[in-house]
Amino acid sequence: MSRLIQDYGLWTTDYRLIKMSRKLLLEHINVPGINTLEVYRQKGGYRAVEKALKTLTPEEIVEEVKKSGLRGRGGAGFPTGMKWSFLAKPEGVARYLVCNADESEPGTFKDRYLMTYIPHALIEGMIVSSFALGAKVSYIYVRGEMMPQIRILEKAIAEAKAAGWLGKNILGTGYDLELYVQPGGGAYICGEETALLESLEGKRGNPRIKPPFPAIAGLYGCPTVVNNVESIAAVVPIINDGGDEYAKIGIGRSTGTKLISASGNLVKPGVYEIELGLPVEEFIYSDEYCGGIANGKRLKATVAGGSSVPILPANLTLKYANGEPRLMSYESLSEGGFATGTMLGSGGFIAFDEDQCIVRNTWNFSRFYHHESCGQCSPCREGTGWMEKILHKIEHGHGTMDDVDLLWDVQRKIEGNTICPLGDAAAWPVASAIRHFRDEFEWHIKEPVKSQSQNYGIANYATPIEKAPVTEEK
Amino acid sequence: MLKVEEQTPVVFSSELLAKFDEVKSRYPEGKHKSALLPLLHLVQAEYLWVSTPAMDKVAEYLNIQPIEVYEVATFYTMYFLKPQGKYALEVCRTGPCCLVGAEKILSHLENRLGVKEGEVTADGLFSFRGVECLAACGFGPVLQISPEYTFYENLTTDSVDKLIEDLKNKS
Ligand SMILES: Cc1cc2nc3c(=O)[nH]c(=O)nc-3n(C[C@H](O)[C@H](O)[C@H](O)COP(=O)(O)O)c2cc1C
Ligand code: SF4
Ligand code: FES
Repeated sequence: MSRLIQDYGLWTTDYRLIKMSRKLLLEHINVPGINTLEVYRQKGGYRAVEKALKTLTPEEIVEEVKKSGLRGRGGAGFPTGMKWSFLAKPEGVARYLVCNADESEPGTFKDRYLMTYIPHALIEGMIVSSFALGAKVSYIYVRGEMMPQIRILEKAIAEAKAAGWLGKNILGTGYDLELYVQPGGGAYICGEETALLESLEGKRGNPRIKPPFPAIAGLYGCPTVVNNVESIAAVVPIINDGGDEYAKIGIGRSTGTKLISASGNLVKPGVYEIELGLPVEEFIYSDEYCGGIANGKRLKATVAGGSSVPILPANLTLKYANGEPRLMSYESLSEGGFATGTMLGSGGFIAFDEDQCIVRNTWNFSRFYHHESCGQCSPCREGTGWMEKILHKIEHGHGTMDDVDLLWDVQRKIEGNTICPLGDAAAWPVASAIRHFRDEFEWHIKEPVKSQSQNYGIANYATPIEKAPVTEEK
Repeated sequence: MLKVEEQTPVVFSSELLAKFDEVKSRYPEGKHKSALLPLLHLVQAEYLWVSTPAMDKVAEYLNIQPIEVYEVATFYTMYFLKPQGKYALEVCRTGPCCLVGAEKILSHLENRLGVKEGEVTADGLFSFRGVECLAACGFGPVLQISPEYTFYENLTTDSVDKLIEDLKNKS
């Protein structure tokens, strides 16, 4: 256990001794004291700031990031360089970079991990990115619950500032930057970028209607870029090695490395940095990564990219419907569309063993989305409540066959009919659970007593139920 | 739900107000309302909850309407609108943590403390509640303790018992 972390109020088993092959972000995670400026510098830290501020123009940095092919690591996967090039630059108006460290998507815990152990990686990325975007004041919006990480970041920012990496006239280049940490108040919706900006303005986290996009009118109505922690940290190796080098890592349009947060019934849950394109099977079963399913059990299902993405049965997790192996990449995880595929999302990889109940988990997720809906749009506000209620009923042995169809109907009426994507995020887990595990829902209904004391087990998932709802069975 | 009742007025200490001033300086001219969430955290760290008179004072400090503070304090889950235990234990109750036993930890706390979720123990020391994903899913079950938000991972019923004993001995 690391004493220093305890000083910030975080009691943790030290997980950093996990061995990994290709690393850009976590390369030095095992180095003692890497959270301090001194050791971070010894390991080559802040080279990217020197290179960017002294030898590159903002436009050249944007160009490198474009060439790298980096895609937003917050969940949507939008190309970062392209987003940066959309930033409006009206004369005499401030521009802002806001880092999204709200990390609240169930299953996702990579940003918290990076900030805990290597806070300077984020700060270095913030300086380079702010310079590229012409921001003079930048904010890191951290979810309020992460008080230990807020303390860690504030200490690291103070260190960086004292050493001249922040503040006035950085490295004598004439560039000024102030960097502040802003705590949230506890609300998943503030991870959505426009809700985050509302919250940063001291308001309720109600997402804004787009357009205008933040690149035109964001924080205080000024042009703003919002990027995830991992996206910003990835700018550091891109500037150090060049965009072309970064683009050589990974597979196809999924360039670079990705932090995957692995949780659930695994031998070694934790945060792994993988080269995009790693076979899913290798990620789950090899000793280098998750080491297989805990307690010698079999894999039943996975949620590959955070709670919002479709759940897949084990067979479709490992292979496409046509039998080809599935890889950890944006394209491969979504192969087959929602019928037989899913999404990389935020990289929150949740594994379910054969004894887990899909109905109970779907109910749990629906409760989460109902709790977290901001309430602005009726389909989301009411629909998430309906789904939670129906799922509660089925899980507790009071469901009817009509309920499964009703559930399908409700989720369809939410999807695509809301201001922000939280509505879709609430609908997809329900839709996919019915699509692939309808037999398990029906078993709960047919066996109201048995289903209270035992679980359905591994399920006959070998034949995914493509046609849903199957109304004839009533 | 927020009940605006008559309550003892509060006077913020000069130390607290100095912290307010520092936070306010982080935002551009005229955008000081941005300080609202951090200020409410500072108030809660001091008083362990956010009372209506305290919110009124914050409104006065930021030169905004009290309703602008109420609507924010009621939207976010971290602000306690009624007094909690000195140690408010918050256990993650979301999916991934439930796969590794979070529900057991919650029911254990209920038995162990002898109070239901949201209630305060007779000695005023403890309250607990389930909260949503705390971004530590691989290290679950997890809990945090406000107002410092110290964080504990890989909980077992034994480690929870020990934690409660330690906190009791500390006070
Ligand atoms: C409900 C909801 C929650 C979100 N939560 C987060 C989050 O916690 N962290 C994050 O970086 N992005 C989150 N996003 C995505 C952001 O809106 C935004 O796309 C992202 O921060 C952009 O950064 P990137 O391009 O670097 O990924 C969320 C989106 C939605 C709709
Ligand atoms: S979809 Fe839900 S969370 Fe998003 S704006 Fe509408 S009500 Fe709010
Ligand atoms: S589900 Fe408990 S910390 Fe994420």
